[in-house]
Amino acid sequence: MAQQTPVADSAVGVRDPRLIVTAKSPSGLASAVVRRLRGGELGPAPVLIGLVLICVVFQSLNANFLSPQNLSNLALQIVAPGLMSCGVIMVLLLGEIDLSVGSVSGVSGAVLAVLAVNQGLPEIAAIALAVVSGVVIGVLQGTVFAKIGVPAFVVTLAGLIGWQGMQLYLLGSDGTVNVPYTGAIAYLTQTFFVPVIGWTIAGIAVALYLVLNILGERRRAAAGLPAKSLIEIAVRTVFLAVPVFGSVAVLNLWKGVPLSFLIFVGFVVAFDLMLRKTRYGRMVFAVGGSAEAARRAGINVDFVRISVFALASTLAAVGGIMAVSRAFAISQSTGSGDVLMLAIAAAVIGGTSLFGGRGSAYSALLGGLVLGAITSGLYLLQMDSSVRFMITAAVLLIAVILDAVSRRSRKTHARG
Amino acid sequence: MTQPVLELSGISKRFGAVQALSEVDLRVDPGEVVALLGDNGAGKSTLVKVIAGVHPADTGTIFWDGRAVPVAKPGDAQQLGIATIYQDLALCDNLDIVANLFLGNERTTGGVLDEVEMERRASELLDSLSVSIPSLRIPVASLSGGQRQIIAIARSLLGDPKVVMLDEPTAALGVAQTAQVLDLIERLRDKGLGVILISHNMADVRAVADRAAVLRLGRNAGDFRVEDTSYEEIVAAITGASDNAVSRRAGRVSVPGTEEA
Repeated sequence: MAQQTPVADSAVGVRDPRLIVTAKSPSGLASAVVRRLRGGELGPAPVLIGLVLICVVFQSLNANFLSPQNLSNLALQIVAPGLMSCGVIMVLLLGEIDLSVGSVSGVSGAVLAVLAVNQGLPEIAAIALAVVSGVVIGVLQGTVFAKIGVPAFVVTLAGLIGWQGMQLYLLGSDGTVNVPYTGAIAYLTQTFFVPVIGWTIAGIAVALYLVLNILGERRRAAAGLPAKSLIEIAVRTVFLAVPVFGSVAVLNLWKGVPLSFLIFVGFVVAFDLMLRKTRYGRMVFAVGGSAEAARRAGINVDFVRISVFALASTLAAVGGIMAVSRAFAISQSTGSGDVLMLAIAAAVIGGTSLFGGRGSAYSALLGGLVLGAITSGLYLLQMDSSVRFMITAAVLLIAVILDAVSRRSRKTHARG
Repeated sequence: MTQPVLELSGISKRFGAVQALSEVDLRVDPGEVVALLGDNGAGKSTLVKVIAGVHPADTGTIFWDGRAVPVAKPGDAQQLGIATIYQDLALCDNLDIVANLFLGNERTTGGVLDEVEMERRASELLDSLSVSIPSLRIPVASLSGGQRQIIAIARSLLGDPKVVMLDEPTAALGVAQTAQVLDLIERLRDKGLGVILISHNMADVRAVADRAAVLRLGRNAGDFRVEDTSYEEIVAAITGASDNAVSRRAGRVSVPGTEEA
């Protein structure tokens, strides 16, 4: 009988002498991180490095890049594409693609503006109906994909054209609908919180993270399972607290924390928790890893697929609402052009794999920040969209290459 | 004679013009490993699918603890306590061991996955099978073939089955890994489970099986106690003649370790 090493009972957590346990001290933590990177588990490392590089380059070219005003604008600017990315991530986790998110955001924006302005519905009701339009579109596309078996690529390609046509139809001959500067729609983007609220929210978030982590690891230790040390939790909390408090500080130097950015971050956190902590999230990862295995395990694969496409379109609709709110208007070009590419690129740049089964909701935030920073920096340098398109394409290509290379590296290091 | 946990009587199954199974009987006692043998196309896989409820039988009866029970869909078989581990293991490579073990059957508290409880139970389960795996939190992709097979078997045990069917569990495994899986099969038997083992590997069959049920062209072609039956007799039953390619070859050359059918 081979490899029958008895389970070590001396130290809690040592299941097998072959397992290298390093995460006991700060230097051990660092070496564990290095090992993971070598194995192709890049995580957020490339995008964080990229973000720092972008900031250094643009700041040296234009001193206004890191000014509170510009960063506050950046926070507002990434909300709409970031929300769409958040939905795209769900679809990418299944190993599928949704090409319709840009058009869906446009058509939902049109539904919103037409109902609120032309039909005179209360703005809150119009917002709700615009979200519902996204749900309906997503269920429709998801059903055609999951039940009939048309490749998602083609279904959503039809959506890309079809929903844009619907948007143009809704907007009619004028082609533009302006929304009032006062009202729920404008309020979404025009609200900034006073500093104390920003600090409170940040403090509560970090404290919750710390407390829940300590309690969780205590429970693991009590159950005799390997648990993270207090040092590791402290290091992780610091890594969370620095960017959280830093961004609150910077945003407070301008108008305060914007409501729309908070909504975006709220969606990202909620989706992250859903993906990691609920049965539904586990099902999404399982279907993305192996649909056949998921089916045999009794998971309703069709339901997962339809619901994921519904979520993607719903978030696209929310993104469209935010875009209308920020521009005070919907036009024929809202949601067209590079919006779709940016949403997908942000997800991939943030570290969500195109091959399915790997990624996290935080990709939307990180990837959105990278693309937003590039756009904002190039605006400051007064370069036009020709340069922006080329640079965005290059960044996307780098991200996809990293994805493919790290996937190969994971295969050779047997990390799936 | 003990009460068989699973008994099949007169099972017939037809696919179009092909009579895949005709009047097949099979009996599995608790704590017994029954090897299901037969050449390609003998009907082994069809019989497994009948028992698992994937392809319900046309005629014939399945008795469970002496009671006739309908097995019309996979859920019926699972409900009874029949676990099937197919040749392609159907694990999700991107998920870790705990997630795979509990896939589709996750424990939650208040709507949130209870990872601690699942990991604790997973670790208990694997310890009870004397399976040692470095960490339960590594993706299944990083496991060896034998470990993956063991995870697949362990997953089927979470439902507390009484009969476990294994389709070619050692087909793609090395020597040490095969030994691991065979050990696990013996441990299942010692726990009082009935095991149906489909294998082409006579060495495996002789190592762990108590009885060998042979199918030939969709019919019963013999039921042997493995310990008092010679290798040649079983091969003769599988091929349907005492004069067959294997015995002719054995007559010409005597090569040690040709216990491969």
